[in-house]
Amino acid sequence: MTRRALPLYATIAIFLLAFFLCWLQFPFILSTRVIGNLLTDNAYLGIVAVGMTLVILSGGIDLSVGSVIAFSGVFIAVMLRDTGLHPLAVFALLLAITTGFGAAMGVLIHRLAMPPFIVTLAGMFLARGAAYMLSIQSVPIQHPFYDVLQDAYWLMLGKGRLTLIGVLMLLSVALGMVIAHRTRFGISVYALGGGEQTARLMGVRQGRTIMLVYAYSGLMAGLSGIVFSVYTGSGYSLATVGTELTAIAAVVIGGTLLTGGAGYMFGTLVGVLTMGLIQTYIVFDGSLSSWWTKIVIGVLLLVFILLQKALLRLTRGSFSGEAG
Amino acid sequence: MSLLGRIAPQLIALAALVALVSFFFPGFLSISYHDGRLVGPVIDVLKRGAPVALLAIGMTLVIATRGIDLSVGTVMAICGAVAASAIAGGLGVGPALLLALGAGALAGLWNGVLVAVVGIQPFVATLILMTMGRGIAQLITEGRILTFTDAGFAFFGSGMMLGLPVPAWMWLIAGLGTALLMRLSALGLLIEAIGINRRASALSGVNATVLLIAVYVASGLCAALAGIVVTADIRGADANNAGLWLELDAILAVVIGGNSLLGGRFSVTASLLGAMIIQTIDTGVLLAGFPPEYNLVIKAGLVLIILVLQSPRIAAEWRVWRETQRAPPPDRTRTEGGA
Repeated sequence: MTRRALPLYATIAIFLLAFFLCWLQFPFILSTRVIGNLLTDNAYLGIVAVGMTLVILSGGIDLSVGSVIAFSGVFIAVMLRDTGLHPLAVFALLLAITTGFGAAMGVLIHRLAMPPFIVTLAGMFLARGAAYMLSIQSVPIQHPFYDVLQDAYWLMLGKGRLTLIGVLMLLSVALGMVIAHRTRFGISVYALGGGEQTARLMGVRQGRTIMLVYAYSGLMAGLSGIVFSVYTGSGYSLATVGTELTAIAAVVIGGTLLTGGAGYMFGTLVGVLTMGLIQTYIVFDGSLSSWWTKIVIGVLLLVFILLQKALLRLTRGSFSGEAG
Repeated sequence: MSLLGRIAPQLIALAALVALVSFFFPGFLSISYHDGRLVGPVIDVLKRGAPVALLAIGMTLVIATRGIDLSVGTVMAICGAVAASAIAGGLGVGPALLLALGAGALAGLWNGVLVAVVGIQPFVATLILMTMGRGIAQLITEGRILTFTDAGFAFFGSGMMLGLPVPAWMWLIAGLGTALLMRLSALGLLIEAIGINRRASALSGVNATVLLIAVYVASGLCAALAGIVVTADIRGADANNAGLWLELDAILAVVIGGNSLLGGRFSVTASLLGAMIIQTIDTGVLLAGFPPEYNLVIKAGLVLIILVLQSPRIAAEWRVWRETQRAPPPDRTRTEGGA
């Protein structure tokens, strides 16, 4: 397409190259089973990263999502244990709460003119604290509907399982792509990330856009919480600590600029899958310790950012070359 | 005089908090003297707040340059692991301290070069070390919790000097030293200049690159000190949990201290007061007898109140509102228009 999409192409190329290298060493990695598991294991991360991408595109950041996922899990588990509500009703209630929570943070960010970092940090404490207040212990979820959800999968060729939550992640990414690239709201978000002043001059309704961005992130965090509770079958207030930073790393690896205004939703999916692939490789290898995961992801972050830098410099150079 | 004016909001917030805690726990301000040491909840706050206070010193400088350092928590873990493995390896206290400080400086240098030379945004540049750091610390400790029994090193965590705990002395001295260095020399001014406009400061002859690196090295050194305190206190290096999420508390302390995340003017003293406010909340919630699971919610609520009161927009609206109240009715439209 354009030069602007170069980081996205680089991300995809690196993912394919990494997959190819893994395949050379372990041919079994290229099977629908592994790919199905890759989608299932990273479903909650992928969904929350979609919300994070939109927030980062708008020039903000949302540190509360990890805590919101944990809160969602505990909330669902406690509600199912203590009330007779159907899980679907609990899901609707939960999504309303997390969306409202995100919207409230967005309003505060706009009204107080405070940096998103600090407001969502307070939100992170609040959501984690609310999860503690509901229950400190891990609460198991036992409900026939959950068994249905957990066993829902579509058998692909080669006996790989495409699970419901994996499909849910792919749908979330697709929806995110539509919202970010095909709607008026998405354009407003890009404009806001490009520069607040310009956006205001363009006629972007700043307060409303900021509120909707964080509400969307809250919604995605809630959905991710539901998926995580299906995945683990329990709610635990200490779960998913630090997921917000993993999600931010996935977004950055996916080629989105942290300053906002440039990036692609699809890149985030590739970023999530790249991080999942590293973990899969370490499991396949079996001799590497888990702490190597962290080091490799860190190195990868560095490589991607340096690559983006180089690409940006390259395009700028050719632009000035055209001008001169 | 001007300093007092600058830190007045933080002092008022701290006083209000202390009054609030004293209401639930009347003995909060009582201090007694036993065997050459002061004992009391306030002394406990001074000691337990040491890691965040130390981190806040370096973080203030970094934030003043319009940066942020997310890696300090993991740098604490790395430095703690280095110190503990040096002690466990038979090296003395002196070499262990030097090695830990060296590791901190190296981490800071890495961050500083990424930010100042390579030109990566501070958030991402320090996120890299934050992600890798715990892995590195685990490589050093080989995944175990390294324990030691060296009384000389433990002094830095649980020792006493002139009645006060050593960690409290460490942050007081480091904070005072940094504040004086910044204000008695032009360093503070130059750092603020970089934070306001790096290009302009570089054009006017400030060596912004070297100063930026130096600021991140200072932050790394502060993290090393905090790591030494934590490691010495529990007499062991825990690569997984040492300094976990303390970077967020440190950033919060700086913001509660009234420093803008957008860089520019800063006050180390106000950040230290911010760190003490956070620790007073943490200790106060426990002393007041609330169940520990309420800690985070209360903390979030209090932080939100402090932030709302400090918000520039609320302050401006409040001023406008007051002026419209004072002004006679005919002038009203003009005042609002002017604002």
